[in-house]
Amino acid sequence: MKRIEAVNDFVIKFANVNGSGSASANELFAKAILRMGVPVSPRNIFPSNIQGLPTWYEVRVCERGWLGRRGGIDMMVAMNPQTWAQDVAEIEPGGYLFYDSTRPLPESAFRQDIHVIGMPVTEICNAAYEDPRQRTLFKNIMVLGALSVLLEVDPAVIEKLFSEQYKGKERLLESNVRALHAGRSFVSEHLDAPIGLRVRRADAVGDRIFMEGNAAAALGCVYGGATVCAWYPITPSSSVAEAFQSYCKKFRHDPETGKARYAIVQAEDEIASVGIITGAGWNGARSFTATSGPGVSLMTEFIGLAYFAEIPFVIIDVQRGGPSTGMPTRTQQADLLSSAYASHGDTKHVMLLPQDPTECFEHAAVALDLAERLQTPVFVMTDLDIGMNQRLCAPLQWDESRGFDRGKVLSAEQLDAGFDFGRYKDVDGDGIPWRTLPGTHPTKGSYFTRGTTRDAYARYSEAGHDYLYNVQRLLQKFDTAANIVPAPIVKSAGKRTRFGVIYFGSTSPAMDEALEALSDAGVLVDAMRLRAFPFPKSVLEFIAAHEQVFVVEQNRDAQMRTLLVNELEIDPARLVPILHYDGTPITARYITRAIGEHVGAPVDAHEKEIVK
Amino acid sequence: MTYIAKPRLHHPTLQRNAVGYTRRDYEGKISTLCAGCGHDSISAAIIQAVWELDVQPHRVAKLSGIGCSSKTPDYFLGASHGFNTVHGRMPSVLTGANLANRELLYLGISGDGDSASIGLGQFAHAMRRGVRMVYIVENNGVYGLTKGQFSATADRGSRSKKGAVNNDSPVDLVGMAMQLGATYVGRGFSGDKAQLVPLIKGAINHGGAAFIDVISPCVAFNNHEGSTRSYDHVRAHNEAVSRIDFIDLAREVIAEPAPGEVIELPQADGSMMRLRKLHADHDPTDRRAAMNHMQAMAAEGEIATGLLYVDPDASDLHAALETIDAPLNTLDESLLCPGASALDRINAALR
Repeated sequence: MKRIEAVNDFVIKFANVNGSGSASANELFAKAILRMGVPVSPRNIFPSNIQGLPTWYEVRVCERGWLGRRGGIDMMVAMNPQTWAQDVAEIEPGGYLFYDSTRPLPESAFRQDIHVIGMPVTEICNAAYEDPRQRTLFKNIMVLGALSVLLEVDPAVIEKLFSEQYKGKERLLESNVRALHAGRSFVSEHLDAPIGLRVRRADAVGDRIFMEGNAAAALGCVYGGATVCAWYPITPSSSVAEAFQSYCKKFRHDPETGKARYAIVQAEDEIASVGIITGAGWNGARSFTATSGPGVSLMTEFIGLAYFAEIPFVIIDVQRGGPSTGMPTRTQQADLLSSAYASHGDTKHVMLLPQDPTECFEHAAVALDLAERLQTPVFVMTDLDIGMNQRLCAPLQWDESRGFDRGKVLSAEQLDAGFDFGRYKDVDGDGIPWRTLPGTHPTKGSYFTRGTTRDAYARYSEAGHDYLYNVQRLLQKFDTAANIVPAPIVKSAGKRTRFGVIYFGSTSPAMDEALEALSDAGVLVDAMRLRAFPFPKSVLEFIAAHEQVFVVEQNRDAQMRTLLVNELEIDPARLVPILHYDGTPITARYITRAIGEHVGAPVDAHEKEIVK
Repeated sequence: MTYIAKPRLHHPTLQRNAVGYTRRDYEGKISTLCAGCGHDSISAAIIQAVWELDVQPHRVAKLSGIGCSSKTPDYFLGASHGFNTVHGRMPSVLTGANLANRELLYLGISGDGDSASIGLGQFAHAMRRGVRMVYIVENNGVYGLTKGQFSATADRGSRSKKGAVNNDSPVDLVGMAMQLGATYVGRGFSGDKAQLVPLIKGAINHGGAAFIDVISPCVAFNNHEGSTRSYDHVRAHNEAVSRIDFIDLAREVIAEPAPGEVIELPQADGSMMRLRKLHADHDPTDRRAAMNHMQAMAAEGEIATGLLYVDPDASDLHAALETIDAPLNTLDESLLCPGASALDRINAALR
């Protein structure tokens, strides 16, 4: 029988039951490999459920550093009887199945073309522990111990992780170490080890950090100076607000009084959340909310008000599968159109498109600057794949000399000096007017903010010329935005080519890998990673320089392609959509095959794509 | 006659308050509401209350939703920033504004359509959170701007101008406010300025969420026979349960009131608010008793007015969140950004 042999290049998947304490053991597994200098990219695959339903944790181990989902499973750790059949079916021929052999299974439950490794985990645990809770928890650690022998993961690294995790809790530390070694002993004594998949120490991680995008975005809001956060719980964004709370507890209390330099309100719904940040933004506090597609739908009326009345705030949209309730625990990039043009009437909004946690941090902080500079709502369009999975990414950096850009806010002194204040008047030629904050000056600078039309001095007016002046200025402001948002990043194929590819956000790691596979196959493609909407001129130039440009995105309707066609007036025939939208993260194999087929040079995608 | 602008010139002998402003300094644009509209009387009462309390106009932020009532912030306190938000959502915007700068006085102006229909949720949750504000509902039981549909506060059985009978039971905003945690709840009548001005002043000085329901007849669509929000009906059924007097302790010798009749409430500015009970069985500091009393009066067809409930020890959302004393919108990088070395430590813990 074929046996998959691979060092530092395989995919292992854990099939668990939600709420069984498997998550922390799984994370330890991934971190131990990272500590051995080998990059990993884990992904949580979980249902919309609290306890009892199946969850999976898929870890790609890849010394080359490809962090996208690969597709295909080399080893399955099948700990959930409920999903047994589908888990077993998913293993690549020649792959490995690790399972709890406490209860005997009929031969028909297995496959002939895979290697089966049974260990009576429950039996060993029941013999070692009395307490049912301990039995469940240490079962996971025992499996970790077993895997460390099978895959040659250094136990000293795992013990080091334990000692960091249970610092000061010596008893817990000791029982974890004991469980780890119980698992190791069983494998050493009873099973063939190592198997064909192995981890070998390397030096491919560098100074990178391992972090979830939601936590990074929250930290970006702390560094970017957000003081008001209002939110309503919704998967997959809730952990943004929760992380903001915990970072604020650490960094934002007055050392003398202990009082908070922030305010967080869990509102009654998304409408109130966006209303609260509208009020705060109007009154000069940096404010944000975190939500997902259904939340943005509810917020649209306020987003239109903030666009028209020119009020800064930031919305972090952690996208999930839509429409409607859709796939709440699956990933997509399908809120682009509904965010870019949110609300009735002619509206357009700034969107930033982070590719990983590092950029979630940077873009969240930049979004707070841009919102105040441009006096408008700014979206940070992340997604579940980035937001709720730990990702290996560049360390976070902060330039100490960088100040907050508070935009055009008039002080009492400026007003006294005779500044001709017209709230909606363009005095600088960039479409951005000046504003005043309530309470600034006893007699100058007050105005009435409204969603109705007004003249340049904020006086109610339905006169056509006043309306036109205002909405055309807003267009000009949008042009200004295109020049100050994060610029796209181009990766040249090195030689002249008629093909280009445009991508953004969580597609990045899969795209990087696909570009190399294509290049290896002799298919040259220039790549442009978009980082924001509106599009700067360089996007138009990139498209103009290529006969055909693939637009890779994770939605059904080619929403980014629509934005490109719509905003840059591109001939749609030149933009070829490559779309992946089954709720799983896009893979390099998928992109490679799609582009390969299109250019008529089928690229060997190695193995079959497994889409569940 | 709303289209004739008032002259901006002030008479030199106009009385000034302690911060140097005349009452005219608290006026706004000329109202565009119908002549005789109760809402204009409420605007006048607000002007009077803010002037009498020596609040500088620019230290007030006035926010509203959508509707006739929500247009009124343009007609008073012209030197204050105002925000006419979206329908039914003033409470959330006011909450955010208040969080950004706790030092301003927040006036939330709404109507019965704005607060009892589309905005009922936000009304309720702002009360629950104890946002420090003066929340005034200008309640006429009817949609004026869209020409006469019933609102959710219209009494069951009341008759529209076109003769339709309202079959739905009314939303009792005062009862809800008390139940949900508002700590200052009053009801006034736009036709009784003598009662309304002290009610607003008490609300301004209050340390938590203050709600005032002001019955404000709509002369265009709800002032006819058969309406329970007409001037005639409200005058006939208005029953004041309390009366507020303000006393400057620094200047006046306090006359000892008859026990049991007067409740004294010290104010943040050092003055004393005296609440004179007009009903022997009404205790405005006992939430449950006050709610029962309101219910009993409503069952009799009486409209209880005055200060209905007050918690003298109220606190607000900032106290609950333990935010710092300085307004959040004044904090700079040095107080908000943890800096590069903290980030290095965070990075180190993520490896």
